Amino acid sequence: MSGLAETAIEFARVQYRVGDNVLLPDLSLSVRRGEILMLLGASGSGKTTSLKLVNSLLTATKGEVRVDGRSTAAWDVVRLRRHIGYAIQDVGLFPHYRVWDNVALVPKLERWEQGRIMQRVQEVLNMVGLPPNEFSRRYPAQLSGGQKQRVGLARALAADPPILLMDEPFGALDPITRSELQREFKQLQVRLGKTVVFVTHDVSEALLLGNRIALMDAGVLRGLYTPQEFARSTDGYAKPYIDTLRSMQQVFDL
Amino acid sequence: MVKFFLSYQHEIFKLATEHLWLVGISMLFAIVIGVPLGVLLSRRPGWKALVLGTNNIIQTIPGLALFGLLLPLPWLGARADRLAILALTLYALLPIVRNTYAGISGVDVSVREAAAAMGLTPLQLLWHVELPLASNVILAGIRTATVITVGLATIAAAIGAGGLGEFIFRGLAMVDNRVILAGAVPAAVMALTADLLLGLLQRILTRGPR
Repeated sequence: MSGLAETAIEFARVQYRVGDNVLLPDLSLSVRRGEILMLLGASGSGKTTSLKLVNSLLTATKGEVRVDGRSTAAWDVVRLRRHIGYAIQDVGLFPHYRVWDNVALVPKLERWEQGRIMQRVQEVLNMVGLPPNEFSRRYPAQLSGGQKQRVGLARALAADPPILLMDEPFGALDPITRSELQREFKQLQVRLGKTVVFVTHDVSEALLLGNRIALMDAGVLRGLYTPQEFARSTDGYAKPYIDTLRSMQQVFDL
Repeated sequence: MVKFFLSYQHEIFKLATEHLWLVGISMLFAIVIGVPLGVLLSRRPGWKALVLGTNNIIQTIPGLALFGLLLPLPWLGARADRLAILALTLYALLPIVRNTYAGISGVDVSVREAAAAMGLTPLQLLWHVELPLASNVILAGIRTATVITVGLATIAAAIGAGGLGEFIFRGLAMVDNRVILAGAVPAAVMALTADLLLGLLQRILTRGPR
């Protein structure tokens, strides 16, 4: 089912409209298997909307979104969402479930055999840097922001989906924790080879994590760049981001 | 006073049992109807005005009047206790429906989003997320409804359905305070006990940090 096709996710002339408000007029974009594609843009640029079209939290009003070659409309919604891991800024951990149960839920719903679930949850908690012995029995209220995000990531990875959708997962964290998680996430992705679509408004995060950067503005894809291309770009959309980054670095010259 | 209670203890016990029966059955119906109704409302918020509005109207009708209004009903109006149970159930519905709806709507939006993205079906969402997180509020509604029902059931005696209200009405007719108290005190004790027990249940279910 998840074949070795090079394109994992495709937006084909996608429109998303709510009443008279056209959030995405006409989006066409391909996400390559195994890459981290950053959706970079300001608030209201349509990046979160685009993300939610992939796992059918939103439905396109025109055009088609294809996951693993099949239109999201043709997928069974539950199967599609179990095929895709999802991590958001507020994490959304179930407050009444311990860390273990939060992470184990999807495998449980998928009727994995108990032994396999135990092994996988331990594996995935270790992957995200949370030793199971210490963390599995804690409740979300007993976790720091960074720890919650790690659990959220573990949960997203639990059923081993080939695709991850991340919506500014590190945005609410302090800079040090954010940097730590960014580095660890990058290493993890390289190891696991997941296809990742990562929404951010932080240009340095885009440059650090992305294999490619899709720059969005007012619902329109303005450009697709590698980090190097982006950093050297002189076009009107990318340049402001780079200028801002450069001006921040001037602090070191003071 | 105590001697009075002791000499009447058989009748007090009999009426208290009747009272408990009226309250118990009504609460059972109210929960079995009210909780699913509250869940349904959370799925169809458009119906909120209709359902909660109707419930509100029922609540504003004084107890005695409601009992009286329901008398002409076929089958239900034929036996006093059926009528009483119907009226008590209707009264108990509002706190239960309203609290169930509030509890479920109050579930964190991010938790809902994450649950949807994990591919939880609506039933799985209800079971794993909504009901557990709303349980405290729902139980609070049940607790309120129970205490109201214990009190309201005293009026059931006015239409001949039995219960501790019998003593109260008899005492009023005889102008004998002891008889009134023979009904009022056990009823009050029942209400307080129910409140205490349900409060305890709430505390037990709320264990584990949220």
